[in-house]
Amino acid sequence: MTSANPLLTFADFPVGKRFDFPGRTVTAAEIVAFAQEFDPQPMHVDEAAGKASILGGLSASGWHTSAIMMRMLCDSYIDQTAAEGSPGVDSMEWKRPVLAGDILSGHCRVVEARLSRSRPSIGIVRFIAEVTNQRGETVALCDYANMIRIDGGEAAAHANG
Amino acid sequence: MRMAELYPQNERLVLGSHHFAAEDIIRFARKFDPQPFHLDAEAAKQSLFGGLCASGWHTCAGWMKTFVAFWAAECQRLKQDGITPPELGPSPGFRNLRWFKPVFAGDTIAYTVTLLSSRQSASHPGRLINTMLCEGTNQHGEPVVRFESTVLEFI
Repeated sequence: MTSANPLLTFADFPVGKRFDFPGRTVTAAEIVAFAQEFDPQPMHVDEAAGKASILGGLSASGWHTSAIMMRMLCDSYIDQTAAEGSPGVDSMEWKRPVLAGDILSGHCRVVEARLSRSRPSIGIVRFIAEVTNQRGETVALCDYANMIRIDGGEAAAHANG
Repeated sequence: MRMAELYPQNERLVLGSHHFAAEDIIRFARKFDPQPFHLDAEAAKQSLFGGLCASGWHTCAGWMKTFVAFWAAECQRLKQDGITPPELGPSPGFRNLRWFKPVFAGDTIAYTVTLLSSRQSASHPGRLINTMLCEGTNQHGEPVVRFESTVLEFI
């Protein structure tokens, strides 16, 4: 590992632990680029069509909002964690449109932490993530899980010499 | 016509397939999910997944891509048959998403959709709320993803 700090492991994720997301502006160009590749519906690729829709403007695909949330999770804790992916998402609510120019931030917190039944080296940590816009309105609410190693794996091996 | 009139409940519709090339997996991951097993084949060998694999969100975006193409073709087909296509709106979200297996570089995922239920919105009388089961299967016939998506329909 190049990092001097050992990776966070399962024990670092008690219920209630919170991580804050850095702010991020969502531009019209990135909304259109994502939508052209994956979700080319008119309200995601065209300003006028977005304004005419119930979303009220050029708006990000819900999958784009989800991907942005994922990047926020990476930047706020996953990059420094012995993380082994996710088994899934219990629920995702796209509560409000994400419009071009919106500034997103938010946080996630641990709601459950348990050991994996099938993999003794893994803990399963369930989080609720909330993504908010510049008016403090929730745009996405997500109940998801991460698989996190109980020891640091390679990082721990290096630390032990 | 309404979705529920056109597509029988619990009948699986084939949407199409999406190929996950290594460079596309890495490009998506650099932007949205820069974990080692989505970025680097060597690092991925050390992970639980055992090989370079797509972000789960990339796998979901692949479902959306095939659905949008399918739906555009369906609207065309219905119009040719003199049927007014259902007017679908945005999705308020999804539930019960499971990533069963990694989508590895080189995999091709076949996606399907199944209408599970259609009900009137309690708050908006002009809207139906459709629940659809969305699934993806790899070239070996193994399920890789499933989720239950909610989609508005204007009536």
